[in-house]
Amino acid sequence: MMKLNSTGQLVLILVAVAYLLGVYFISSPVWMGFTINALIVAVLALSWNVTGGFGGLSSFGHAVLYGTGAYTSAILQVTYGVNAWVALVAGIAMAAAVGGFIGALAFRYGVKGSYFALVTLAFAEVFRICAASFDFTGGGSGLQLKLAPGISNIQFADRTVLYTFLLAIVVLVMLLTAWIKYSRFGAYLVAVRENEDAARALGIDTYRIKVLAMAVSGAFGGLAGVLYLQLWLFIDSSIAYGSSVSIEALIGPIIGGAGTVWGPVLGTLGLHLIGEGAKTLLSNAPGLNFVLYAVVLICALRFMPNGLVGLAGRIGPFAKKESKDA
Amino acid sequence: MLEISGVRAGYGSMTVLQGVDMSIKAGEIVALLGSNGVGKTTLNNVISGFIRPNAGTLTFKGVPLTGKKPADIVALGIAHVPEGRKIFPNLSVAENLSLGAFRRAGANRKQNFERICAIFPKLRQRLNQSAGTLSGGEQQMLAIGRGLMSEPELLILDEPSLGLSPIMVEEMFNLITKINAEGVAILLVEQNVMQSLAVAGRAYVIEQGRFVMEGAAADLISDKQLRQAYLGM
Repeated sequence: MMKLNSTGQLVLILVAVAYLLGVYFISSPVWMGFTINALIVAVLALSWNVTGGFGGLSSFGHAVLYGTGAYTSAILQVTYGVNAWVALVAGIAMAAAVGGFIGALAFRYGVKGSYFALVTLAFAEVFRICAASFDFTGGGSGLQLKLAPGISNIQFADRTVLYTFLLAIVVLVMLLTAWIKYSRFGAYLVAVRENEDAARALGIDTYRIKVLAMAVSGAFGGLAGVLYLQLWLFIDSSIAYGSSVSIEALIGPIIGGAGTVWGPVLGTLGLHLIGEGAKTLLSNAPGLNFVLYAVVLICALRFMPNGLVGLAGRIGPFAKKESKDA
Repeated sequence: MLEISGVRAGYGSMTVLQGVDMSIKAGEIVALLGSNGVGKTTLNNVISGFIRPNAGTLTFKGVPLTGKKPADIVALGIAHVPEGRKIFPNLSVAENLSLGAFRRAGANRKQNFERICAIFPKLRQRLNQSAGTLSGGEQQMLAIGRGLMSEPELLILDEPSLGLSPIMVEEMFNLITKINAEGVAILLVEQNVMQSLAVAGRAYVIEQGRFVMEGAAADLISDKQLRQAYLGM
């Protein structure tokens, strides 16, 4: 599902796969619980990757998609008694619609770069405040799903089954990402990222492509939100739309390698390992893991602009060589 | 092939083009000359659909262009190579070229690829190199080659010789003749008056958003007024 350019990348991916499979054998609820959380964030990271990675449309408010997915599903299940699977699909669809809407609005007026980041941030904040204020979203007290284990309710009593389910979803979203990457749509998006004017001159309908990317990203982000809801059975406005969600969405891909299939997953797993490690070591200093995140992010931006995947790509005998007569 | 009449266009409340008429026949090279800020690029952008004209009509092979999106205009057979070598710097030369064939002529992609490599042999040597590492002249060739991937009937070249070394400029004009020899009509926007008139069949001279002169390139080349305005001779 990915053209490997080097042994470095191969090693990196093998380590990740070994870790993900190893979780089955380490009978430690801590490891599994932590990896389960990381997998949900990985889906969100893959969502950010579609717009931020391939399209270069840096969103600072992916929480708006995540939260919309979670809230849509929660409202349907709690208020209307809809089946969890139906609510899952509705959550994805609603988040895709919101993503498309924000894209349509922002790109219609040519909003770009940091201005686009601010628009998305503003949307996430508006949604957060609305969710905390209205009755149908449960206001400040949030929404609580009924505990009803069973596959028909997407609630898994057995952690191993839950883990397998999430792993399968991550693989599915990665496959979709790979498909986007090698499809015409992906090529259009990369063209938009590299040089939007040139892309337009070549006859790419950049507006449509960008809106579509926001909708696809919305679908992935909404899925991540629904998964969170199904795991914890509870959401409130700051869990769903908080800015920490938006930061989690972008930090993984940036550290792992934006615009790649493995990067967002590797980055998210790596970061969570560091964060968790820091929490255990420095248990008396809550919030220190965020400081560590920031340090890692700054180092990543300074020393590996193409992320872990890009860094690993430079290691190994079959590293991609520039043409000799460069 | 391309008929423009009474086009007025601009940005916001500022009108740049004050009503221009132009026609380009199939297979000819037309030069559009003028100093900075008189509306050359604006006219290009109107033709390729980036800017909507406030008044006037444009038709290409009888199809009205006004109100069409840039993507649809490319599909009709007009390729615009914008000013300043707008390539995709982090993609390879080959990837840059293939992106040119997405909207039109996708089926003949391989064939056109070969054709373009034949016109620009330097690109063939650098197919897997990222485009940002090319020299200025090579980047310009890549931008033109990418435009040709859509098998255009009209190619708009906006300042192709801008920022190139004198030898590269020479080569660029040779290439323009070569491309035209394959039957592609070219609208050439240039500051390089003498060389443009040498390759063009006809030319338009624009000043303050209006055409002040038009005619056969050979006539304009000997025109006193033009020489005074542009060459100070």
